[in-house]
Amino acid sequence: MEDLLVKLLEAVEFGKVDKKSPYPPQLRDMDGAHELTISAIEAGIKPQIILEEALIPAMSKVGKKFAECKIFVPQMLMSARAMGASMFQLKPFFASGAIKTKGTFIIGTVKGDLHDIGKNLVSMMVEGGGWSIVDLGVDVGSDKFVEALKNNPGAVIGLSALLTTTMVNMGEIVSTIREHAPETKILIGGAPVTAEFCQHIGADFYAPDPQKAVEYMNKLAS
Amino acid sequence: MKYKNLIINDPKELMFGIAPNPVKTKRGLVIGGGQVYAELNFTLPVMSINNSTLNQVYTHYREIAEGALEHALHMNSKGIVLEFETLLEMTKTPSIGVEIVKIMNEVCENYYQKHGLSSEIRLTPNDLREFERPARQRSSQHLEPMMELFEQGMIAGGDLLSIESTGGKEVSDEALMMCDVKGMVFALAVLGVRDMHFLWEKIVALANKHGKIAAGDSACGFANTAMVLAEKKYIPKVFATIVRVISVVRSIVAMEEGAIGPDKDCGYEGPFLKAITGIPISMEGKTAACAHLSPLGNIASACADLWSNESVQNIKLLSGMAPTAYLEQLEYDARLMNAALNAGKVHAHILQQLLVASDVYTDPQALILSPENVIRISNQLIKGDSYVANAKNGALAALDIIEEALLSGKMKLPELETGYLPILRDDLNTIPENESEFIAMMLPLLDESKFTLAEYGL
Ligand code: B12
Repeated sequence: MEDLLVKLLEAVEFGKVDKKSPYPPQLRDMDGAHELTISAIEAGIKPQIILEEALIPAMSKVGKKFAECKIFVPQMLMSARAMGASMFQLKPFFASGAIKTKGTFIIGTVKGDLHDIGKNLVSMMVEGGGWSIVDLGVDVGSDKFVEALKNNPGAVIGLSALLTTTMVNMGEIVSTIREHAPETKILIGGAPVTAEFCQHIGADFYAPDPQKAVEYMNKLAS
Repeated sequence: MKYKNLIINDPKELMFGIAPNPVKTKRGLVIGGGQVYAELNFTLPVMSINNSTLNQVYTHYREIAEGALEHALHMNSKGIVLEFETLLEMTKTPSIGVEIVKIMNEVCENYYQKHGLSSEIRLTPNDLREFERPARQRSSQHLEPMMELFEQGMIAGGDLLSIESTGGKEVSDEALMMCDVKGMVFALAVLGVRDMHFLWEKIVALANKHGKIAAGDSACGFANTAMVLAEKKYIPKVFATIVRVISVVRSIVAMEEGAIGPDKDCGYEGPFLKAITGIPISMEGKTAACAHLSPLGNIASACADLWSNESVQNIKLLSGMAPTAYLEQLEYDARLMNAALNAGKVHAHILQQLLVASDVYTDPQALILSPENVIRISNQLIKGDSYVANAKNGALAALDIIEEALLSGKMKLPELETGYLPILRDDLNTIPENESEFIAMMLPLLDESKFTLAEYGL
């Protein structure tokens, strides 16, 4: 049984989605996250254990390797895909309440802004940290954030902006969210954004990179 | 591809300040005609653009233009270009962009009349089609304001017309993050090329109608994005290098449609375009550090005709406003290059060699920009019968050059990087040179919900 978890951890760490996936070469023809998750469920391993003892530790290893510049984004994306394949099998258990994530993270690039590479990386890493993700995409105004928050009460919000003329839209989004749900934790980031700006608009935390965002969110969850 | 031979065959002829087909502007700049000019790029500080801030917005641009021109005059400049990269609101509501061009053009004209200082405006509207996904490259409502800003903006005084168009970006966004070289060739050499033909036919027609200069279109969303990601160690540098080479076949379509340069700076594919077509080019390098870092600070200027920076905010530094400070740096670099040119071929060549030598083996992206390598790769970029074949051949030539530099011990790269070289080569080798075959091969591999073939005339 534990062997299955070790194998699943390895499949996710190295980005082996399913058996037929040619990547990574060293795991060719072996079971991937898809098959291993099914086997784990069939073997009676609790879904919560699968998440906490295989998927999250695998992604945390990946995040560490990435932070230490030992791998590039494509490897990280393959791991995220492998985790996705596993999560797909676990979906019914989320719905039934048999497993819980650390919470929900609603993220989007703010109104007027289409830069999304940074946002996508952050959402991937936060997901790997054991959170459910609602990605609202790019060019997102305050109403969409508020609506998503209504559907996911208690969720943490992440705002991304890359332009000096769109980062100001973060201020409006923060105030609107505060009107509806004053307790909401809001993280912000993007190249022109600073900690002072974060304070100025009344957001809760500025993270210069995904790792810092995950650290902060893990503190929130504990 | 229209071009079958290189206009510049000899690396020694690929020189800063000199282009076989120089471009003359209305206030008398001769770009590529024997001297390098500064091209200043600038942007707004943190602020929103709406009805209540419009006057502030206009004031910023007036200040920027006045500050730059006053200092250029003080420095005895022979002329400058103001690179007006619009922000979205200025293209969405073209009257805002047009008003800013008018304001800056007034300043330019004033300095020309009063002091004989020549300056021109490069107008770069945004490609708003990016706001729609899947993109509607041909049927988008957004084309209208874009074209309106081009036309009204040139009437208001925008002399050089450019854009950073985004055809194929819906495919390249993912391909970049996955190091998917086939996806990049599809995005740039199939989709990008088609969109460039569509867009540049229109831009050139407008420019001709009003006697303006259709300048060029840089692969910012592809080659520059790749470089910035590589600089952050998110994707391999060797991949970013290949992406730059592939982007040439897409950017050159502007010239095939009649654009004459100076090509825009931020994709750094200009040197190849200069070698193949003979047009003058703008480049940015160490001067772009205000907006993003790069590994090719000096070598980027080796054959630049305009020497530029990247958007610098109009904020106050200890010396003065940031755009003015950047103008000074650009102008000093241009002065040095011009002094070398004035001293004769030998001197210009020595300076160029130093600019090249100081970067060339520090990074594969710098490596491919040395004049020798630009010519070698350019030869491969034109020899095939399709854009796809040319992209593939160019990319393979760049891989050869990287491998030779590694083998000779002149360049060093970590294993994490070199591990990608055989992967990239194998991937490139699977690409058929026939375009229809390539499209047939790619379609099942791509997520077709992300793009609409008909919007690319396919
Ligand atoms: C790549 C890029 C593009 C690509 C975007 C591709 C894409 N799919 O996103 C393209 C070419 C399309 C593009 C377009 C434009 N761009 Co642009 N772009 C860039 C560039 C070079 C890099 C951005 C990037 O992807 N970096 C890599 C990622 C990984 O880093 P990141 O985004 O900073 O994210 C990291 C952190 O910031 C943080 N983070 C980010 N978001 C969040 C959110 C949260 C919650 C947290 C916790 C953390 C966090 O974590 C991320 C991972 O480490 C920047 C330069 C720069 N200094 O950023 C210019 C830049 C931002 N762009 C600029 C401009 C002007 C534009 C355009 C207007 C250009 C034009 N002529 O049309 C358009 C606008 C499009 C729009 N409507 O938004 C200017 C901005 C000027 C200004 N006034 O602010 C810059 C500075 C470059 C320049 N020209 O000088 N751009």
